[in-house]
Amino acid sequence: MPEAAVPIALVTGARKGIGRYLAEHFLARGYQVEGCSRGPADWEAEGYRHHELDVADEGAVKALFADIQRRHGRLDVLVNNAGVASMNHVLLTPDATATRLLGTNFHGTFLMCREAAKVMRRRKYGRIVNVSTIAVPMQLEGESLYAASKGAVETFTRVFAREVADFGITCNIVGPTPIETDLIRNVPKDKIGGILQRLAIKRLGRFEDVANVIDFFIRPESDYVTGQVIYLGGVS
Amino acid sequence: MTDQVENNSLDRAAVIEIVVAGVREALVLASPEAETTELTEETRLIGAGAVLDSLGLVTAVLEIEQRLADEHDLVVVLADERAMSQKHSPFRSVGALTDYVLRLAAENTHA
Repeated sequence: MPEAAVPIALVTGARKGIGRYLAEHFLARGYQVEGCSRGPADWEAEGYRHHELDVADEGAVKALFADIQRRHGRLDVLVNNAGVASMNHVLLTPDATATRLLGTNFHGTFLMCREAAKVMRRRKYGRIVNVSTIAVPMQLEGESLYAASKGAVETFTRVFAREVADFGITCNIVGPTPIETDLIRNVPKDKIGGILQRLAIKRLGRFEDVANVIDFFIRPESDYVTGQVIYLGGVS
Repeated sequence: MTDQVENNSLDRAAVIEIVVAGVREALVLASPEAETTELTEETRLIGAGAVLDSLGLVTAVLEIEQRLADEHDLVVVLADERAMSQKHSPFRSVGALTDYVLRLAAENTHA
């Protein structure tokens, strides 16, 4: 089985937005990058390979990691960025929305973490970063299911971090503020403005802000940091 | 059980070899200095008299999954829902786990 000399990073939801930014960020830092999303990527780069899959599909996720193991023999970094949002009053939220949000945001993160840890433990090294949101600590109205699905990710991450610590794997969380992406495209401007007013640092987040926290979590020197969450914008 | 998978490259002897290798790997990782334990089909993996602790069982299961994928291109999740809910857990012994792997392999072949 070949083992690549360069580190390998996997980014979910890499077709656009933060995921694409992170994939390109890792490429610039010398990683070979595997990315995935439900649809094809409309971008390409040397050292990047895109996989079309649903992160909540166990068979597809298993096949992805078998492929990574076969081609690279290692996985250094996983960023579980794939996520869907739905902003709605609870009383107006369809049942299917709950299934969809929990499927991608929580179930997908669980499957990815489980399979990544199986590959990472072989080299006794791995860095996993899950993505949450400030909607969890801020308990934002209209985001009940989105926040709940990410709250599940946070609790899962804390327990998972303990379970895989013996394998040399850390798992942490970055919780972004609203960033100018598709995820908040349909959120009214005054609602975003209201959220920004409640931040310590009153501006929209940037992709670089997210990457900066992830860079800290995935440093080899961060091997004593696990199960932690860092929210952007001064939210706690 | 074995006649179900006669068309599969996996025969019972090959699976026992993989299961034993996975358990052996888990034992070595847990205590590199320990004397070699003899592993047979009857060797218990969980419960009273088991050779592995809970983390050891996790390691063994993952090693076995990995070897099945690497050596036989068989991608399975051993700890699936049936495994966790079966009255007589397939993780109870080397022999039981071997039979369980063969069953999953047969399902994969016929899928």
